[in-house]
Amino acid sequence: MSHRNKLVAWLAGAALGLTSLSAAAQGEQFVPLLSYRVGAYAAGGSGIFGGYIDYMNYINMKEGGVNGVKLAWEECETEYNNSRGVECYERLKKKGTGATMVQPLSTGITYSLIDRVAADKIPMVTIGYGRTDAADGRVFPWVFPAITTYWSQASAMIKYIAKREGGEDKLKGKKIVHLYHDSAYGKEPIGVFQEYAKRLGFEITSIAVPHPGNEQQSQWLQIRQIRPDYVILWGWGVMNTVALKTAQRNGFPREKMIGVWWAGSEEDVIPAGDASKGYTTAVFNVAGANLPLVQDVKKVVYGKGKGNMEDVSRVGSVYHVRGLVHGIITVEAIRKAQEKYGKGKVMTAEQVRWGLENLNLDEARLKALNASGMMPPLKMSCADHEGSGLVKFQTWDGNQWKIVTPDWVAPDKQMIRAMIEESAGKYAKEKNITLRDCGKES
Amino acid sequence: MLYREAGQFKTSYATDQQIFPIRQDRIGVTALALFAFVVVPLIGNQYWFSAILIPFLIFALAALGLNILTGYAGQLSLGTAAFMAVGAFAAYNFVLRVPGMPVLVAFVLAGGCAALVGVVFGLPSLRIKGFYLAVATLAAQFFVVWALVKFPWFSNYSSSGVITAQKVTILGFDFDTPVSKYLLTLSIVALMALAAKNMVRSAIGRAWMAVRDMDVAAEVIGFRLMRTKLTAFAVSSFYCGVAGALYAYAYLGTVEPEAFTLDMSFRILFMVIIGGIGSILGSFLGAAFIVLLPIFLNIFVHAANGVLQSLFSLSLPASITSNLELMVFGGLIIFFLIVEPHGLARLWQIGKEKLRLWPFPH
Repeated sequence: MSHRNKLVAWLAGAALGLTSLSAAAQGEQFVPLLSYRVGAYAAGGSGIFGGYIDYMNYINMKEGGVNGVKLAWEECETEYNNSRGVECYERLKKKGTGATMVQPLSTGITYSLIDRVAADKIPMVTIGYGRTDAADGRVFPWVFPAITTYWSQASAMIKYIAKREGGEDKLKGKKIVHLYHDSAYGKEPIGVFQEYAKRLGFEITSIAVPHPGNEQQSQWLQIRQIRPDYVILWGWGVMNTVALKTAQRNGFPREKMIGVWWAGSEEDVIPAGDASKGYTTAVFNVAGANLPLVQDVKKVVYGKGKGNMEDVSRVGSVYHVRGLVHGIITVEAIRKAQEKYGKGKVMTAEQVRWGLENLNLDEARLKALNASGMMPPLKMSCADHEGSGLVKFQTWDGNQWKIVTPDWVAPDKQMIRAMIEESAGKYAKEKNITLRDCGKES
Repeated sequence: MLYREAGQFKTSYATDQQIFPIRQDRIGVTALALFAFVVVPLIGNQYWFSAILIPFLIFALAALGLNILTGYAGQLSLGTAAFMAVGAFAAYNFVLRVPGMPVLVAFVLAGGCAALVGVVFGLPSLRIKGFYLAVATLAAQFFVVWALVKFPWFSNYSSSGVITAQKVTILGFDFDTPVSKYLLTLSIVALMALAAKNMVRSAIGRAWMAVRDMDVAAEVIGFRLMRTKLTAFAVSSFYCGVAGALYAYAYLGTVEPEAFTLDMSFRILFMVIIGGIGSILGSFLGAAFIVLLPIFLNIFVHAANGVLQSLFSLSLPASITSNLELMVFGGLIIFFLIVEPHGLARLWQIGKEKLRLWPFPH
């Protein structure tokens, strides 16, 4: 009997807790977090969502919220699974004052939500992943692949290689291998690479590694036969570590390996030991525990014991800082929206979308946020939902990531934009979407 | 007392052979159908339709398809998700490439495509069985996903290999709200479940079960093994194909080949095992267990965490709550398999037997 009583008490308490939680969310800006902390992607999920929460805590604790409006959030575990992600989205979108914006941090979930966010009028921000052609805001008014997309990254990589070789004309006759994770993610840049190969006269070979990529002997045998000048590693998770190790075993210099930003975290290179020394990757956020913002977050949030990262040594890692960047874009979009629709008020999702489209994080603003140099300047508009495209390149020196390009490397915006518009136009035709007229919107 | 068939006499062959021979069952099922078709659309909200009920119905349909193959015909398959992928991409291409193609016809044709693929990958079942067959169907899983990624024609040359389902319009009515999508899914699933129930009661179902119980004996008494096994593969894949098409059109709207992973095949196999092998009801119970329980656990853990926070102002870190949910889920699976190895459907059956005697057991 006592057991049953306990259970009843527990359930009653649970119901009580639920109501008290939603009551607490009134008057606060609610941000749903479709996080994942279990499974194969847990390293990225815990780091990025940890940083995201840390930044929102930081704003709440340091400034008392965005112009006094406190940020509230709730996590929902998606396990990186599409249907769980959709369930979490549906569960959280009406919570509190309604979802401000959603950042699913998974390309699969992003695709599953594209139609839904348009119907619900909630902006979806996908920083460095997701659907590339959603950068065309005329076709995808509710999706923001902010900062940079895979196509821009591919272009920036070629530019970086050209710079290392001493000019784009020097790439003629060179051989580049694109070693990719055999999925939509890995295949995404192939078109861009082929376009460049045609233009600059180098030879590109795309070699697929089946998921999860823990066996790459035959791929590297092929690479040995090709004897490429560079290998572009478009991998994920364990595939990156194995690629580095196999490259070492096959005597391919890691200095000639360029990784994508999902192949450039501490979690990718440390397990490979000294095989990762000299390996370079693209990043759209700089890492380091000594960054001013990281230091301040450590002082304000971790000093009070409110930090979200269980392993404090990961504070300031690539993923954690990426989470801070997610937080900055969320908070700044809300702040921008408040400028137009009323300071100190809770913004609706539609107002936040206006904030995103008019977001302008220039160098001065980033400096004010203590984030100068940590992320590229970002300026989005009605038509351009990417807003930057700039990346830096970092090299692993055995202990930490060292930035090797002090200035941001820009992609060939004109070429990428043309490709994006072509692809988005095809989508619009298939779905019978009439393009927004960006000239008419303020 | 309430659940007793005393006094219900069968006076014709038709009454003897009906699906639910007991009157109370008929009333119960009719009430359930009325509830699902009439009451739920009135009381449900968007969250329930698009995040809980639609995926539950779709996975129940896929589990039903696998149950026909594994539960009734005894052929182990790990290619369920692949057949669903065939259905989803086939429906997309039919609607895209054939002008004026009605969506329902496209669903049927998509099921047909999946059935064809299923038959091709079912061919090895004529020579191999059990785990070896599972490995052969595993090939289907990898081959289909590979082919959908490899040949951009399937995804209409989309750069990332992702398809976006077109609008569902039937006889001029747009199925674009969660309620209408729910009703569409429910109608299709109910119809196909009824068809499955009748199939397994007919000659073809008995042939499947004969092959399942002992294929040599079945052959000796005159069942044609090849035809029986391949029809099982075809029908099963048809169900999975329609489920895949619904997954794309009624549920997610946008799907990539990678969504149909081996993981999904395993989940559907678990639904069949936990729900009850060789039971139509079991497919629904198993789908409910695997699809819905993690969600309820998640909500419960969140709520419990909220209580902890409000009462003792301490809360568990998110990583622990996330893992806790997986541990409880895993523990429950093992618990149910130990308590009732024949699945939830068998549990239901035992419950019914007990109800017949209640309240006066012998």
